[in-house]
Amino acid sequence: MTGGLEVPIDSMQSGEPAEAIRIEDLHKSFGATEVLKGIGLTVAPHEVICLIGASGSGKSTLLRCINLLEPIDSGKIGLFGQEITGPNINQNLVRRQIGIVFQAFNLFPHMNVLKNVTLAPTKVLRIPAAQAAAEARALLDRFGLVDRQLDYPDRLSGGQQQRVAIVRALAMQPKIMLLDEVTSALDPELVAEVLEVISELAAGGMTMLIATHEMGFARDIASRVCFLADGLIIEDAPPAELFTAPRDERTRRFLRRIVDAKRL
Amino acid sequence: MDGNQSEPPVDPLTGITPAAPRTAGGLWQPPGSFATGRGPRLFSGGGTRATVISSVSTVVMLGILLAIFLLAPGARAVEHAFFNPTDMWQSFIGNPRKGYYSVGAAIWLNIRMFLVAEVLILAMALLVALIRQSVHPALFPIRVITTMYVDFFRGVPLILVIFALGLGVPALSLPVISTQPDVVYGVAALVLSYSAYVSEVYRAGLNSVHQSQVAAARSLGLSQGTALRYVVLPQAIRNIIPPLLNDFISLQKDTALVGTLGVIEANKAADIYSETVFNFSSFTVAAILFLILTIPLARFTDRLIDRDRRRRLAGGIR
Repeated sequence: MTGGLEVPIDSMQSGEPAEAIRIEDLHKSFGATEVLKGIGLTVAPHEVICLIGASGSGKSTLLRCINLLEPIDSGKIGLFGQEITGPNINQNLVRRQIGIVFQAFNLFPHMNVLKNVTLAPTKVLRIPAAQAAAEARALLDRFGLVDRQLDYPDRLSGGQQQRVAIVRALAMQPKIMLLDEVTSALDPELVAEVLEVISELAAGGMTMLIATHEMGFARDIASRVCFLADGLIIEDAPPAELFTAPRDERTRRFLRRIVDAKRL
Repeated sequence: MDGNQSEPPVDPLTGITPAAPRTAGGLWQPPGSFATGRGPRLFSGGGTRATVISSVSTVVMLGILLAIFLLAPGARAVEHAFFNPTDMWQSFIGNPRKGYYSVGAAIWLNIRMFLVAEVLILAMALLVALIRQSVHPALFPIRVITTMYVDFFRGVPLILVIFALGLGVPALSLPVISTQPDVVYGVAALVLSYSAYVSEVYRAGLNSVHQSQVAAARSLGLSQGTALRYVVLPQAIRNIIPPLLNDFISLQKDTALVGTLGVIEANKAADIYSETVFNFSSFTVAAILFLILTIPLARFTDRLIDRDRRRRLAGGIR
């Protein structure tokens, strides 16, 4: 049953655009509250970007905008050189290329693990059911979940649910993964198993944007760390630089609070 | 909430519901207890104090009700008029030569009306609910129309709708539409009236599915329709099956109202019998037949509610 699909980590052709994601002057408001006030960010293929910042700084909103789950007010988002925020864009086609994993897992409670994983490949990509199941089992096996394939989500631990959610996103063979505080809803002892999965993806070369409160993890895994505050990216630097010698006063204050709370 | 009296915690897998100990008092039955707990509890040799009390109170209660009926001054007359075995049997089998129909045969028409109406209601109500839940600006006029439809048909008594269709549409003298048998107008009225109610049940179900489920489905590339079909609707329908069945129990007996158009369904057949023979026992027969139809569905609904509750209890926090 193995031998199916591998995560398409190195599948991008040569001659690909230099940017996996390019965001220009992105603005987004909810009612009168402007959450994103002109975000600019470029992500190269295989880069792992960690977004840090206080709750409400706009990390989640930014990820949801990239996945077109939130309509943006102004600005541009490009994906591999193609603008995805213009008119006449097939959102479903864009979303196929971007996997997103949510803080609250959002597994489908009425489907078992296998069905959760195969739903999109069979209904969106129209892969035959048997093939989709075989590929899903291979993925589940890779992340130590194959023996839970017939369980319903409410029988799984939080860590297992979140790993299934990651597998579900991977089953669509995305080129980019967006992770929205994927360990924030987990009991502390379950965080490690999920971070392990993410590390494995990073090692495989997956392009990722990770909103996280796990500073130690961000330091270890990120190619760059972006600090968000007041709807802007205040600082964008490699982790070694940002965590040891933050330039902006707000970044320093944020990190000091994190250190005081013993989270770094 | 139910289990924190002095009783031991209840295992959801045994089929003994947490509320079951209270039912031994004979006052209140939790949903589904017919299927799971009550029989063995009442009649098996447990011999608990609670069982004795509930048995005695049931006998006393029934005895009092029977005594009131039998000791009433008009008991003989009522018994003759409503519970005459000969008349009950005669009306059940019917006798066309004496000018009355079989109530037992007429109930089949109620069943057929119910089945056809049910399918149409499920489809039409879903359509109405989806339109009312839609957000696309182009659908605004249809949203207004469906809202008016629901307001109107929930507000107008069903019997008036039946009259309006059954008498009004034939009077229009349109080809095909105006030349249908009365039962068609009756079923159409049932469908129009009940779809308005059931669409609101659907809407509640659709709203009960959290928006994050849609986000998860759409983020995987599922179109709105696909997400609706495979992610939202299955969860929504699971949540609304009990209230849906409740409406259908009501629909089963409301098929009797179609008799007002002269359609020979069970109630109308009973009516004709009573007018022919001057005895009301035929209505008792009709009542019994309707109960035979509705009680199994009611018990089935209770079982589903109970199963759903046990599943949620077993499911734990998540």
